Amino acid sequence: MQATRDFSHYVRHLGSGLSHIDLAVEGVSCAGCMSKIERGLSALPDVTLARVNLTDRRVALEWKEGSLDPARFIDRLAELGYKAYPFEPIRAEAIETEQASFLLRCLGVAAFAAMNVMMLSIPVWSGNVTDMIPEQRDFFHWLSALIALPAVAYSGQPFFASAWRALRARRTNMDVPISIGIVLAVAMSVVETIHHAEHAYFDAALMLLAFLLAGRYLDQSMRRKTRAVAGNLAALKGETATKFVGTDEISVVPIAAVQPGDIVLLRPGERSAVDGSVTEGQSKIDQSLITGETLPVKAGPGTAVYAGTLNLSGALRVRVAAASEGTLLAEISRLLENAVQARSRYVQLADRASRLYAPVVHAAALLTMLGWVAYGATWHDAIVTAIAVLIITCPCALGLAIPAVQTVASGAMFRTGVLLNSGDAIERMAAVDRVVFDKTGTLTLPELDVTNAADVPQEVFELAGRLALASHHPVAAAVARAAGARTPLSGIEELAGQGVRGFVKGQEIRLGRPSFCGADKIANEILARDPEASVVAFRHGETRHVFAVRQRLRRDAADAITLLQKAGIEVEILSGDREPAVRHAAQSLGILEWRADVTPADKIARIEELKRQGAKVLMVGDGMNDAPALAAAHVSMSPVSATHLSQATADLVFLGDRLAPVVGAIGFSRKALGLMRQNLWLAAGYNLFAVPLAIAGLATPLVAAVAMSGSSLLVILNALRAHRGARGFG
Amino acid sequence: MEVLVFLVPMALALGGLGLMGFLWSLKNGQYDDLEGAGWRAIADDEPNPER
Repeated sequence: MQATRDFSHYVRHLGSGLSHIDLAVEGVSCAGCMSKIERGLSALPDVTLARVNLTDRRVALEWKEGSLDPARFIDRLAELGYKAYPFEPIRAEAIETEQASFLLRCLGVAAFAAMNVMMLSIPVWSGNVTDMIPEQRDFFHWLSALIALPAVAYSGQPFFASAWRALRARRTNMDVPISIGIVLAVAMSVVETIHHAEHAYFDAALMLLAFLLAGRYLDQSMRRKTRAVAGNLAALKGETATKFVGTDEISVVPIAAVQPGDIVLLRPGERSAVDGSVTEGQSKIDQSLITGETLPVKAGPGTAVYAGTLNLSGALRVRVAAASEGTLLAEISRLLENAVQARSRYVQLADRASRLYAPVVHAAALLTMLGWVAYGATWHDAIVTAIAVLIITCPCALGLAIPAVQTVASGAMFRTGVLLNSGDAIERMAAVDRVVFDKTGTLTLPELDVTNAADVPQEVFELAGRLALASHHPVAAAVARAAGARTPLSGIEELAGQGVRGFVKGQEIRLGRPSFCGADKIANEILARDPEASVVAFRHGETRHVFAVRQRLRRDAADAITLLQKAGIEVEILSGDREPAVRHAAQSLGILEWRADVTPADKIARIEELKRQGAKVLMVGDGMNDAPALAAAHVSMSPVSATHLSQATADLVFLGDRLAPVVGAIGFSRKALGLMRQNLWLAAGYNLFAVPLAIAGLATPLVAAVAMSGSSLLVILNALRAHRGARGFG
Repeated sequence: MEVLVFLVPMALALGGLGLMGFLWSLKNGQYDDLEGAGWRAIADDEPNPER
């Protein structure tokens, strides 16, 4: 049965006889790649558009409908050396792109208006101390109003809408005092202009808007970038299922195209991507991801199969019960939804502050007005001074203080390969003084690796790798991967439970059990030295070699642990694995505290014990069977390589093969928390300085403009320092 | 001071032109791929015989 790849699910028909597809591409990083891909794809006949987006690492393709199979593009990109996979833009992403472009439009309008009004304000400010005649001043004020009114009405929309939503729900948020401040500033300025007064605040209101919009746009574009990269990651996993389209005809389709009731084929060595039940075939399956039970179970017609189940021996036909919710794409979307929710936790924090802030400020304004009236000022002057207090306390710096740091820090973490899953993760991460690692899949890489590659001659290794491509067995797959084999040999037959064999230049080659290759003696020697390893033997004519395959420590694990220990953070291992394996890992990493054979319940008990001792524990685990321990810890982190994130409750997720992001995340969090505190103090300090001025009636538009933009700039510049993490964390 | 009658509308018109330019570039998708745009500017235009 030869499967055809069917990507029609991803193709959009544009009308006008063109088809469109978006591909996520791995490894596009420079101008060279860009032109190579665009030329390579444009050279295909009937392709009308091939454009690389280097920011999102995607390719948009259009071609004449019906003339090309999308699988051809993927093959072409593979020939050029890039891994690609069709990408289905998620709705949320489209909405965010729309919002981002709206924010940018608002920012453009606000910045344009602010600059022009400022140009008109400066002659007024200087004219007030020299000899500007009142008619000229009025003229300039009216011109400012002409620019400011439509500009505020347009570019204030994001704030007004949010404030209105909050007020309608009988809540308040930071946008409420911001909106009140802006509207009052503009309204008062218009009234003052009508009355030929000296002061108008059009410039301050517009500048405030421009700053706040810039902050909001940056925050949003950071989130959008995270989503795009995470989306690519999910797409490139290329989760597919082999679906029966006829009685014996199969087609490889993306998971998203599998419907309940479909029959899919599950080959030996494949992980099921769907929930369902077996209709045909006999096999052994490994349910360890779902149940934690590592012993294989027999499967036959009627056996339930879940997403994540590994099929070990025979081919199975599975009737799909539920289209999978557990695809990586779905998981990552959910994860990002959490991150967005979590971000609103920060806004909540600001909202709580605004609940306190708004009454205090409004009371201060009222007192100012009454005070001035009691002091003998006219009602007009008293009201103008009170409004000046409201304008100058408009929480611009406060509104930027936390989000700006959050944006810069999450951006910096993102570049090192860490995604935030919960918003207060930064705060909690900063407090960590003890890191508990799971071993399997966390300190070690999730995939198997050949440990004795150096002992085997290069050409033998390569040949064995090519032969291994014919087998679905995980150990053989490790040999193929380690050898970097790409071209399979032809005429290979597989003997179930034994291995694979074939002929090269008349000589027989075999790969499989040591007994199958007559290499028991070498295998036993290796096993005596390293009882934890799995072995696979290779025989070429009369030469025999045995590969030892085991999980390998992450390459920079030792360095990462040393860094943590140097920074005064204690490290320990809690593993469910057997003692020799854990001891070996702990010794080679220089970790003194380790526990082996730990059950999930014991892990929680140990973490609770550490908590009682006052430690702030960071649990790093792969999120499968560690889920309860991850939830119990003060803060938690998971590698994204964990095949299915179904149970991932981790606060942070890290990508890639290295452990450095874990250390880096602590450093970035510490720095970020410090900066958030500093920023809150800066914002408070600004109010302490500016509010008395306003109450005293000294807050002229010039003072307001300088103080407000000065404080906002200070807070933003300070936030930029979150770009680098705390010292000593790599 | 009569010069203001010319200067002020001119300043506003120039500013407005800038704003229109920005909005046009935004609509035109020039901010979609900031990284790629930078590289495209310095990429060589090699003659493409296949076309």
